[in-house]
Amino acid sequence: MTPDYDLLFLGALLFSAGLSIVIIKRNMIFVLMGIELLLNSSVLNLVAFNRIHNDVPDGQIFGLFVIVIAVCEAAVGLAIVIQVYRYYQSSVPDQINELKE
Amino acid sequence: MNAATILHYFFITTAAVATVALVFARSVFYGALYLMIILLSLAGLYVLSFAEFLAVTQILVYAGGVLVLIIFAIMLTSNLNGKPLLVDHSNRLSGGLLGLTLLSILVYLIAGQINWNNAYGSEAFALPVFGRLLMTRYVLPFELIGIVLLIALIGAAVVASSSTKRPKP
Repeated sequence: MTPDYDLLFLGALLFSAGLSIVIIKRNMIFVLMGIELLLNSSVLNLVAFNRIHNDVPDGQIFGLFVIVIAVCEAAVGLAIVIQVYRYYQSSVPDQINELKE
Repeated sequence: MNAATILHYFFITTAAVATVALVFARSVFYGALYLMIILLSLAGLYVLSFAEFLAVTQILVYAGGVLVLIIFAIMLTSNLNGKPLLVDHSNRLSGGLLGLTLLSILVYLIAGQINWNNAYGSEAFALPVFGRLLMTRYVLPFELIGIVLLIALIGAAVVASSSTKRPKP
């Protein structure tokens, strides 16, 4: 069993846990953390596959782009969470059910 | 069993345990701390997988930027009445079943279907090769992603600072 297997299994665990968190948690910040887990598992898979096919570091460069997109998503998502909390005084996603008054 | 292998399994175990703890965490702040443990362990794994630049980016951007943003958002969206912000769980059965099913399918596919015996080399990527590629072949996506990041951060600042009315009681 080479070390690559372990990275792929860890990526699978991170992806499943992230999906479960997105479904289970009743807090928007936790949901954003779950999305971060999903994106991190994809970066981990890119690094693991790049370690197997290691003639050019394409996977690492793509992983860098994924990280930057994840940062954009986190910043915009948290800004929206703060605005929604100011309006509804609640951060439970099920209770936010209208876009305008 | 050399030091790199020991560190490899240490980081994998830490990340897996923190992931499971994050799924069952009730306090949002503890959740953020578990997420930081996961992200730092992943940075360690990137170093061991010859992705040094990605590891440094992971530490700088995630542990330095995103975690601070998340903790700011936690502090801005809690009522601050002295009690920790506890989170209820809903859809436990469906969410847990979906996660477990996906995990089993992925583990089955990874363990059984793919033959890894070819093309494994331990030759390290040189960091100059990475930088040269980033500045030659991938220079257009690199600059574009910088512009995207700038626009997203400006948009986040505008969205977070604009005032909204309270809803009618």
